[in-house]
Amino acid sequence: MNIVVCISQTPDTATKVAVGADGKNIDAKGVKFVLNPYDEFAVEEGLQLRAANGGEVTLVCVGGDGAKEAIRLGIAMGADKAVLVKDEERADSFRVVSGIADVVRAANPDIILLGRQSIDYDSAQVGPMLAEMLDMPCVSFVTKLEISGNAVRAERDIEGGKEVVETSLPCVVTAQKGLNEPRYPKLPDIMKAKAKPIAEVAAPSVAARVETLAMRKPADKTGGKIFEFSPENVKELVRLLHEEAKVI
Amino acid sequence: MKILAYIEQRGGELKKNAFETVTAARTLAAQTGSSFSALLVGHDVAGLAERLAQYGAADVIVVDDARLEQYASRAVATAIAAVAAAEGSSVVLISNTSHGKDLAPRVAIKLEAGLAPDTVALAVQDGRIVATRPVYAGKARVDVAVATPVQVYSLRPNVFTASAAEAAASVRTATVGFGPKDFDAKVVETMVNTGKRDVAEADVIVSGGRGFKGPENFYLVENLAEALGGAVGASRAVVDAGWRPHSEQVGQTGKTVSPSLYVACAISGAVQHLAGMSSSKFIVAINKDKDAPIFSVADYGIIGDVFDVVPLMTQEVNALHGR
Repeated sequence: MNIVVCISQTPDTATKVAVGADGKNIDAKGVKFVLNPYDEFAVEEGLQLRAANGGEVTLVCVGGDGAKEAIRLGIAMGADKAVLVKDEERADSFRVVSGIADVVRAANPDIILLGRQSIDYDSAQVGPMLAEMLDMPCVSFVTKLEISGNAVRAERDIEGGKEVVETSLPCVVTAQKGLNEPRYPKLPDIMKAKAKPIAEVAAPSVAARVETLAMRKPADKTGGKIFEFSPENVKELVRLLHEEAKVI
Repeated sequence: MKILAYIEQRGGELKKNAFETVTAARTLAAQTGSSFSALLVGHDVAGLAERLAQYGAADVIVVDDARLEQYASRAVATAIAAVAAAEGSSVVLISNTSHGKDLAPRVAIKLEAGLAPDTVALAVQDGRIVATRPVYAGKARVDVAVATPVQVYSLRPNVFTASAAEAAASVRTATVGFGPKDFDAKVVETMVNTGKRDVAEADVIVSGGRGFKGPENFYLVENLAEALGGAVGASRAVVDAGWRPHSEQVGQTGKTVSPSLYVACAISGAVQHLAGMSSSKFIVAINKDKDAPIFSVADYGIIGDVFDVVPLMTQEVNALHGR
């Protein structure tokens, strides 16, 4: 099975976001970058599919030189090879997808796996956009994936429940937490991954379709009414929620 | 400018997001001096037009196809793009639900349009639309502008207000030529968590953290949620410990929520959790630790043990409602 896993590098979830000097992006100073947490599920699923069906796992990542760290983590987990679409620009999803699409077309995979979204821009667009560009079906937010022959049966999260989607290979699948337990790479594999070559291709020539005008932090709340515990104060809290906030 | 609002229906049912989308389209139309149409796609769904008219949809377009009895995202995306092209719509609005998240990117590619996803506000500035969206799970917000002639916006559910405005609906039928690939992925089964409200849709959420000491004590959270008519949420620690399912997790690697009322019980407020819930309209924090970060985003709070506060609060809420 020819498996492509698209990954990205994102700030660690513990990052406290500060707006950078350009007023449009975060200040990257002191920020720890990691393999996007949802992509770990995608890489793990790719490795499990390879174990069951044979074949190879190719990682595709869009980013600058720094993103190689995330790629090497994916290689240490067990991926066979990797391609970096070299784009230093903080592009929109369309430009990112255009870069991935060219690489994926050349790889001609049976399945393309991605995390449900990257936890920086949270747009959750890349999977379905890529599927549309490649004229393929897509199942997103998948928590269970069964493949037999060309037939695909996937469970996905929806509001208040799950949905079962049936489709066929080749297709795009985006991974939701719960799909599997990603393995931790072992130290020797992390060391070995450092020596692995990462192929590089140039960024696509298409322009971004969405422009970021400004970034800001949400305003802090002030003047919260905080009480010490007493039965009277619990009663007062409920009264305030009813009469002041009018939410109950 | 013409605006097309895609209205989600599931099994012939409309949810709140449908009326939010109609209202957003109506508001944007008024701000830009444009007209808007609402689009229903499915089988035997024209009857829903009347409900949309109560929110001001005077022009409802229906795409009807028996094959759409079974939801197929590619077919619905094809229908939205085809109608937008035929109508000459330059703005397409789609609710950012689990279905919308699949539709909007496809529609954008089909229409060679830019997509501003998961927006929480649309404003008109100097004649163009400026969309606001949370990034980094809500730790920051960005204003974005879509640079293409046709623009797609997906709207975060539960954020845009639905407001009634009576109109007389005229219903038109549109014919769309589907290809075989449009039906190559089909929903064959839907499993609903019966009796449980989902945090993504709930107007009130009561969340519990590690301070409950074990899953056996979560009935306290459930009881308060029940009294408030809300959903049960959980911190990541509780989900990782296997006490509660991932579907209840609120935060950066769970769900991002914006209910009217969010009650955080024994949740200290790690930055990942705050990211997922700080846009809630009113936040109540209950925690033993007066220095817990959750109090910095709270509108109301009680410094105390959840085992004391939560049962009493449940009792008071029930008393308020005469129960």
